Order: sequence, then structure tokens, then C-alpha cells
Amino acid sequence: MPIQVLMPALSPTMEKGNLAKWLKKEGETIKSGDVIAEIETDKATMEVEATDEGTLGRILIPEGTNDVAVNTPIATILADGESAADLGKAAAPAPVPSVAKEVEESRSPVGEGKPMISAPKATAAPAAVAEPDPEVPEGTEMISQTIREALRDAMAEEMRRDPDVFIMGEEVAEYQGAYKVTQGLLQEFGAKRVIDTPITEHGFAGVGVGAAMSGLKPIVEFMTFNFAMQAIDQIINSAAKTLYMSGGQMGCSIVFRGPNGAASRVAAQHSQDYSAWYSQIPGLKVVAPFSAADYKGLLKAAIRDPNPVIFLENEMLYGHTGEVPKLDDYVIPIGKARIVRSGGHVTLISWSNGMSYALKAADELAKEGIEAEVIDLRTLRPMDTDTIIASVKKTGRAVTVEEGWQQSGVGAEIAARIMEHAFDYLDAPVARVSGKDVPMPYAANLEKLALPNVAEVVAAAKAVSYR
Amino acid sequence: MAVPKKTVTKEAGQENGKEKGQQKGFGAPPEFTKAQELAALRDMLLIRRFEEKAGQLYGMGAIGGFCHLYIGQEAIVVGMQMALKKGDQVITGYRDHGHMLACGMEAKGVMAELTGRQGGYSKGKGGSMHMFSKEQNFYGGHGIVGAQVSLGTGLAFANRYRGNDFVSLAYFGDGASNQGQVYESFNMAELWKLPVIYIIENNRYAMGTSVTRSSAQTDFSKRGISFNIPGEQVDGMDVRAVKAAGDKAVAHCRAGKGPFILEMQTYRYRGHSMSDPAKYRTREEVEKVRHDQDPIEQVRNRLLAAKVTEQELKAIDAEVREIVNESADFAQHDPEPDASELWTDVYR
Repeated sequence: MPIQVLMPALSPTMEKGNLAKWLKKEGETIKSGDVIAEIETDKATMEVEATDEGTLGRILIPEGTNDVAVNTPIATILADGESAADLGKAAAPAPVPSVAKEVEESRSPVGEGKPMISAPKATAAPAAVAEPDPEVPEGTEMISQTIREALRDAMAEEMRRDPDVFIMGEEVAEYQGAYKVTQGLLQEFGAKRVIDTPITEHGFAGVGVGAAMSGLKPIVEFMTFNFAMQAIDQIINSAAKTLYMSGGQMGCSIVFRGPNGAASRVAAQHSQDYSAWYSQIPGLKVVAPFSAADYKGLLKAAIRDPNPVIFLENEMLYGHTGEVPKLDDYVIPIGKARIVRSGGHVTLISWSNGMSYALKAADELAKEGIEAEVIDLRTLRPMDTDTIIASVKKTGRAVTVEEGWQQSGVGAEIAARIMEHAFDYLDAPVARVSGKDVPMPYAANLEKLALPNVAEVVAAAKAVSYR
Repeated sequence: MAVPKKTVTKEAGQENGKEKGQQKGFGAPPEFTKAQELAALRDMLLIRRFEEKAGQLYGMGAIGGFCHLYIGQEAIVVGMQMALKKGDQVITGYRDHGHMLACGMEAKGVMAELTGRQGGYSKGKGGSMHMFSKEQNFYGGHGIVGAQVSLGTGLAFANRYRGNDFVSLAYFGDGASNQGQVYESFNMAELWKLPVIYIIENNRYAMGTSVTRSSAQTDFSKRGISFNIPGEQVDGMDVRAVKAAGDKAVAHCRAGKGPFILEMQTYRYRGHSMSDPAKYRTREEVEKVRHDQDPIEQVRNRLLAAKVTEQELKAIDAEVREIVNESADFAQHDPEPDASELWTDVYR
């Protein structure tokens, strides 16, 4: 029976890719291990190797096809003695368990290619422009960009503007970024300013801080913040505290950035959310944006900031597209939350990928007549308490949504602040939706259970609304 | 006064200390001019008297927390400083008072920081272990053992990035030499040919653990071998030997050849900190080093032998005592920082 070749997944978070090139023609003999095609995603270009022997029977997806979903049959291979006549009987390899697919879908904030924010036609996108960002002048042209591109542009613009800005980290230069965030920077700025480091987080974090103490403005990329635990001493003891310990003489203008929190199916050691950890530290600023525009504007602000800034990204969001204002200098002030959706019945407060649950939940709630106000904190330290309190005074109810753990978490902090500043306005105790109190499991079904979901947010919002 | 036995003429490899692998003999270093000897004497004396005063003030309760004295190790910072030029940077751990004075930071500001007063270098917010001076290119004063090694490598990175020829001096002890980030830094420094001198002040004890009880390789000059970083053992009790080694290492760095390791063999007379029970070494061991190798006595004796009068030396003594007394006076009378300072300098 002919064998079907399926569109492969090249990373845990890949949902689709482009079939860039066929390297074998129909009728050509194929040995196991032969490269038969090239697949492109926004992250990387990869070669597809044949795992079976035979003849390339038929190419089902021509080269140059974009957005081919993972697991789509792309070709058939004929075994010895089979002919084109057998093609109809092609057997697909064992299908991927459907639960994995569901996880991918439920984790996806919005469909790829659909702008997340300010999308006039995307009625499904709950982030409909309820509150235009005050930083964007009316009539500004918007460009559609992935968050990955927005981050790169932010760094490139700041590096053009200030020769003291440089980036260092693992695979940031020749590899073009482990998640392709630094793509093209080496080519534009050269090896002096785009620096591949050895795998030595503690060491290069310290080197970055030392360089910052002498006045340079490093961007230190961690391949993920999970690895930054090796470097956390330099981040906290050296970067965050030096200004104070030196009586204001010696500060440290540095950005530590990289993906934070859960990606997909990478289990306990690669899935931790450090929002609460860093946001506890005086001397640090902590930024965790959700929309593409915010990623860009806030990263530019972080690079210019004279203080150490922890810039928490989310791998699940890198490939998502949003509208970014086409402005020469789009800088969003650190420390300002944004009301993404207005509503009078309940306040949902989140940041980073937590926003995806909050926004979808707001949609669901609206169908039941509950109008949720959704606040994207964007910055965790300094926290924009005023925006939270003003909203809670209006709605009388609040739900926090985070992927991190509850104990001593950011949600706990928000709840405490609401209690301190708006206790008399509350009609119900603040509810927290969070990651479950377990290390992240690997199994797809357990991972899904460990993370917050839309239904939990909806349930919490109803509970605080007594509905 | 007993004439100290000179170690500088001992043949290489000859054991002198109680600890194995310690205090090798060294060949005679290049002589100092009289002016250099006098300057070295004055700077070392300033550190010694300053530290003695700090010890007194600690005993009186005027200095709080931890206080790590540099007594016995003075030749290292003084000799190295003589090899530097303005613009070179210095960074060290928490036994840092000597480094600051050698860098040219004022005794008053350092002592007032020890007493936690507003006139201290960090406005009283850093204390003994955390002081900085941008003006004198002193980058701290770091309380986490080994952290300054990566930071000092970063200072060298910045020099290289800017294309200047300044050199960064990262001081650390035999104890810090066993921290992982030291080797992470060694690797990057050699890989990128960074102008950093790693100065390992081997005073034989990491707190109370002797090097033979903590270190598989007690020849610290070899700690860079697997990274191809050259290293030398230096008689850290002889300021001339320190200066000569410093000159060589600085030239290596300025020429763009990358990092250099100097193991300074030294000894601290006092405890690790003020609350050291001193159970880990004998009184005789301490006395022997003081008697045989004291860095200040070595210079004093050479000067006397060169017909410098006691009178001249006493004048230096007097000048130093005055600076130290003045600093102690200031440090005890300067007001504590204003309560509002609690909230400043967290962000800028």
C-alpha cells in the first residue's frame, strides 16, 4: 500500500507551515534519509527526510504552498512493485492523538494570521477596539506583524538609534535566534553587537550586568526564562540592587528578555511562569505584554529605560499577528495597564498569554449578558494599581487570570491591592484563575488540565457575579 | 625590632607555609625607586591603620553587620594600583576597604559608609560590602562570592566594545575560585580576548576552610589552563613583586591578548570577619607570617637600609594617622541618612 508523507511539525508549537520546495520529482527513487522537501515556518527552515524507501508517487501539495496544516498529506511514496494505480489506497501513518490537536487549538489565542488587536472585521476577536491605545495618534497607518517581527524591529530600531545597545545570548546571531526573534540582526549590526554566547547563563548575565554598570545598554536574551534561574543571582543581587547599594551612583540599564511560562508539551522544567518571582523585586521593572503593538512599544521603552527590565515574552504568542502602528518611534510607557475591552459587570485582569483566556471568556460572558471589562496589565512592576481600582470601583467584581501558580502569585497581589483600595466597592471576593499547583505535566491531557482555560474564567466571572 | 627574613630571594618551589602548596619562594623582584618605596609604604600604611581603626570602631559598636579586614594583604592592591592608569577599572568582593583606598577613594567616605552615615560613599545604604565610586572607577564591593568575577569580565567586555585600551581588574579570593561562574567568565574572557586581569588573593583560608581542604588544585595560577589563560603565582607580600607581575599582566591585556591570572599568595592576619573564632589555624602560624613576611615591614626595612631616616618614616606615619583619625571622627559625627533616603535610588 502506498505510504502517505504528512506535513511534519517542526516544533511543539507549530500548527502550519509553508512547503517551500520539493527536492525530489514524481517518479524519483527515494531512500530512507533522503531529503525530499524543504518546509518553512516563521521560525525556521527545515528539511523533510524520507523515512521510507520507494518511489515518489505523487506530490499532493505543490511547492510554494503556504499555510499547510500539520499532518496534511503532502506526497505519497510507492513501495517496490506498486504503481500510480495504487495511489488511491494510500495509508496514512498513525494519526496524532486528537487531544494534542485540541490542546493546540485551545491554547491558541486567536487564529494565525488574524490580527489580535484592532481588527475591524474579526468579529471573533474579542479584543475589538474598545479603548484605542492613547499612544497612537488617530489616522496612524497600521502594519500587520507577528510578535516575533515586532520584537526584532524594536531591537533593530533601538540599535540603530543608540550604538551602546547590543544583544547577547545563546544562538542570537548565526542561528538567527532560537525562536527566530533576532532574525537579521547579525547581518545588519555585525558580530560586535549581536553576540552569540556559550551556554553559560550565570556567566553571561554577569558579563551583561558588568557591561551595563560601565554604561553600555545590553539586551540579554535567555533562550527561555527557565534557564535564567541559573542567572537569577546576577539579575537580582547585581542588577536590581546596585543602584540602591551605591547610593544612586551606579545603575544598570539592561534588558533581560526571552520566552517565559508554558510553551507546549515541554513539561515541568521548561514551562514555568516567573512573573511573580521577578515582580517581587524592588529595583527591577517587569513587563509582560500580550499584543504585537505592545511587544514592540514596550520593548523599545525597556531598552531605553535606565533601570534593569525583565521582559517576559510568551512562546505561544511569537507567531501571532497583530496590528502595529507604523510610527518612527512607537514607545509605550512602562507601568501603564490598558483597558482592552470595556464593560460594567465584572473586571478581568490579566497579562501576557493569560489575556487570551480572558478575552475569549469576555466573549462568552457577553453572550450571557455579562459585560466584562478586560484589563491587560502589560507591566507587572510597577503595577498600574489605579487602572485596576478604577475598574473595580465601577464593576464591583474582579477575576485575575494567570498561567503561573496561585501561592504568592501576581493574582494574589492584585487581590490584596483591590482589598486594600476598593474593599467597600466589592460585591464579591476577588477570584483567581491560575495554573494548577503542580509542576507542568507532559501528557497533553494533563497539560491542558494544569493550565487555566476559558471555561474556568467564565465560571469564576459568573461566581463573583452570583450567576 | 627583628629584621624580617626576606622571602623574595627564595628559590622557586621552596615551601614556607604550613599549608602544602603555599608560599613558594620567589626570585628577587625588580627594585623600586625610593619614591616608589615611599609611596607604597604610605598607601599600605593607610590601609593598615584604616583597618585597625575600623576594627576598633566595630568593637565599639559604631560599625554594624559584617566587617572584613584587609590587614596583611595590603601589598596586593597597592602594587597592582601602581601598574594601572586612570580609566582602568577595579572590582572586588566584600573584603574591599583596601581596594577602595588604593583606588584613591577618600578614607572619610569609606569610614562613614562603614558607620552607615549620609556622608558615606553609598549614603549609608551599602555598608562595608557595597561601595562604589564612578569617579575612581571602582565598581564595588560585592557581597556574593564570585559575582564580581563575571561583572569584572563585563567591564572588560565594555572596554573592548568601546575599543579603548583600559583594563579591568577582577579581584577574588581562593574561596571564590571554586565558584562556577568564575569558569564561565574565564571561558568567555579568553574566547573574546577580553582585557581582564583575574587577581586571586590566596590568603589560604576561605572563611575557616584552608585551601587544601577546599581545592583540588591549590595552584590557583593554573586555574585558567583549560581555557588557555596564562597565569602566574606571585609573592603577594612583596609590593615590588606585585607591581612587576601587574605590569606584565596589564601589558598582556592592553596588547589585546586577552585575560591573565595572577595568584597573589598572601595572608590575612585578622579573622574572616569580626566574629571569627579563629579555631582553624594556630596563633603561631599567624605570628610567623607577620614576623617573616609583613608587607609593610619589608618596605620599611628596605628604606631604612637605604638610609631613609626614622624621622621621614614617622612623618608618613603621622600623616596616615591623621587621615584615619579624621575619617573616624567624621564617621562618628556625620548624621545618619535622612529617613527619606529609604525610598530613593531604587529606580532612576
